[in-house]
Amino acid sequence: MERHLKHFCYVMGENPVTVFAFSLFALIVFFALFGPWIAPYDPLATNVANALQSPSWHHLFGTDQLGRDVFSRVIAATRLDLGIATSAVALSFLFGCALGCSAGFWGGWIDRLIGRFSDTIMAFPLFVLAMGIVAAMGNTVENIIYATAIINLPFYARVARAETSVRRQAGYVHAARLCGSGNIRILATQIFPNILPPMMVQVSLNMGWAILNAAGLSFIGLGVRPPDAEWGIMVAEGANYIISGEWWLAIFPGLALMLAVFCFNLLGDGLRDLVDPQRRT
Amino acid sequence: MSNKLIQIGRRLAQALPSVFGVIVISFVLTRALPGDPAVYFAGDMADKDSIEQVRQSLGLDKSWAEQFTIYVRNLINGDWGTSLSTGRSVTEELLTRLPASLELTLIALGLAILAALPLGVLAATRPNSWVDHLCRVMVTAGVSLPTFFTGLFLVYIFYYFLGWSPSPLGRLSIVYLSPPHVTGFYTIDSLLAGDQETFVASIAQLILPAATLGLFALAPIARMTRAAMLGALASDFIRTARANGLSNRVVLVTYAFRNAALPVLTTLGMVFSFLLGANVLVEKVFSWPGIGSFAIQALVASDYAAVQGFVLAMALLFVCVNLFIDVLLTMVDPRVGLDE
Repeated sequence: MERHLKHFCYVMGENPVTVFAFSLFALIVFFALFGPWIAPYDPLATNVANALQSPSWHHLFGTDQLGRDVFSRVIAATRLDLGIATSAVALSFLFGCALGCSAGFWGGWIDRLIGRFSDTIMAFPLFVLAMGIVAAMGNTVENIIYATAIINLPFYARVARAETSVRRQAGYVHAARLCGSGNIRILATQIFPNILPPMMVQVSLNMGWAILNAAGLSFIGLGVRPPDAEWGIMVAEGANYIISGEWWLAIFPGLALMLAVFCFNLLGDGLRDLVDPQRRT
Repeated sequence: MSNKLIQIGRRLAQALPSVFGVIVISFVLTRALPGDPAVYFAGDMADKDSIEQVRQSLGLDKSWAEQFTIYVRNLINGDWGTSLSTGRSVTEELLTRLPASLELTLIALGLAILAALPLGVLAATRPNSWVDHLCRVMVTAGVSLPTFFTGLFLVYIFYYFLGWSPSPLGRLSIVYLSPPHVTGFYTIDSLLAGDQETFVASIAQLILPAATLGLFALAPIARMTRAAMLGALASDFIRTARANGLSNRVVLVTYAFRNAALPVLTTLGMVFSFLLGANVLVEKVFSWPGIGSFAIQALVASDYAAVQGFVLAMALLFVCVNLFIDVLLTMVDPRVGLDE
C-alpha cells in the first residue's frame, strides 16, 4: 500500500498537469455531490422580472430567459451530467468485461460471435446509432444511458478480450487450475483483477466521450426535459439568444461541459502513466 | 495489376457481412423492441384502421424470417417507408437533403486535412517547438470541445461581435435564389450557372459551420500525422536517405511523408464516422437544411420511419467510405497483400 502511495506521489510530482486534472476531478465530484447546497439560488426558481441579466456580482453567470440563475443551474447540472455518464460507462464496463473476457478466454466460436457483434456496432457512425436507439426505445433519460452504454461497449470488449487472451496461459492461471478452480472462478478471481488497470484507463478516457455524447443527445432534444438543468440542454436553450448577444446563457454551461471532458481526458493520460508497468520505475 | 484487382474484389466481398450486420441491427431497431411497431410507424395521430393497414403492409403478422425478407426486399426496392411529418417517401426526403450535408462535411474534411497535415508534419519535424505545442493544444481542444459549443462560440464572435459573417441560418441568405439544381452542391451549381455573387454568398454561409466541423476533425488527423511522421523519421530508410546526401525536402516529402500518409489515410475512415455524428449537431446550430436537421425534426415529431431511414443511410454511407479508403490503400500501397 505504501509503495503504491509512493508511486502515486512520484507520478504526480513528475507531471503537474495530472495534479491539475485530479484536483479538477475532485472539484467536479464535489459539485455533483453537494451542488444543491452550494448553489446560491434555486436552479428551478423563475423570476421573469429579472430575466436575461448579464453577469454581475449577484448573478455570477447572469440569468436566463426565465430569470433563473445560470451559475446555480450550471452547478446543479453537474450531478445529472456526471450521473448519466457514470451509469453509462459502468454499464459498458460490466458488459464489455463479461463479453471481452469470455471471448478472450474461450476463443473459438464465442470469440467470433462477439467479435462480429462489436464490428457491427462499430460499422455505424456511433452518435447516429445512439440517436436511432433512443428513437426506438423511447425518449427518456434511462434510454440515453442505455444508448451511450451500447455504443461504448465494443471499446471495452476489445480491451478486455486483448488483455484476457494474453493472460489465458499465464502461470498463475495454470496454478489456479491445478488447485481445482473452474473456468468461471479463474476468470473472476485471477484474470479479472489483473485486467483491471488497463480497463480503468479505458474508463477514464471513455468518460469524457460519454459526457460529450450524452450532452449532444440532450442538445438535440433527446432525454432530459426542461426545466431540468443539464449542460447540453442549457446550451440548446441559450443558442436562441446568442445571435442577439446574450452569450452567457450558452457559453457558461458549454465551458463547464468542456472543462469536465478536458479533465477526464487528462485524467486518462495521467492514469495510464500510473498503471503502465513499462513506465513504472 | 490483376493481383490488385483480386485484392480489391476480396475487399468488396468483405464489406458484405458489414452491410448485412447493419441491416440486421436496423431491422432489430425497428421490429424487435418493446411496444407495437405498427403503432410507431403509424404515428401519434393514427386510428385503429390505419394501424392495422400498416401492420399488413409491413408484414408484422408473419414470422420473423418472413418479416426480415420483406424488410430487405423493401430496402432494395428503395421503399424505406413514408415520412409521417412530410408525407413523402423517406428515400426521397433523404436524397434531396443529402447534398447539403455532403457539401458541408466534405468541405469541413478538406479544411481539416489542409490544416492538419502541415501542422502534424511541422510538429513532428520540430519536437518541442511552438508548432509542436500548438499541435498539442489543438489536439486536446479538438477532443474536449463539444462541436455545438464551438459552433455557437464562432457565431457569437463572427456574427454578433465582429459582424463579419452573414446570419447563421441555412445555406443561402434569403436575398439570394438557390442556383439551378445540377449536383445539389450550391457552390458548384452556382459556378456552373456562372453566378459569382451566389457563389460568394454560399461560401460565406458555409465558412462557419465548415470551420466548426473542421476544427473537430482536425484533432485526430493532426495527432495521427504527427505520430506517423515521428515513426517514419526514426526509421532506417530515412537514415540511409540522409546518409546518401539527399536534400531535406526530398527526405521529408518523398520518403517520410509518403510512408506516413498510409496510417493517416486509415484514420480518415474513423474521422468520417465522427463527422457524420457531429454533422447532426452542427446542422442544428446553423439551421443547415441537411439530413441531420431532418433527423432531428423527425425525432421530435416521433417520425419513426424517417429516423430509422436516416440511421441506416448513415451506416451504409460509412461502410462505403471505409470501403473506398481501403480500396485506395490497396492501390496506393505496394505492400498491401504482398505477405499473403
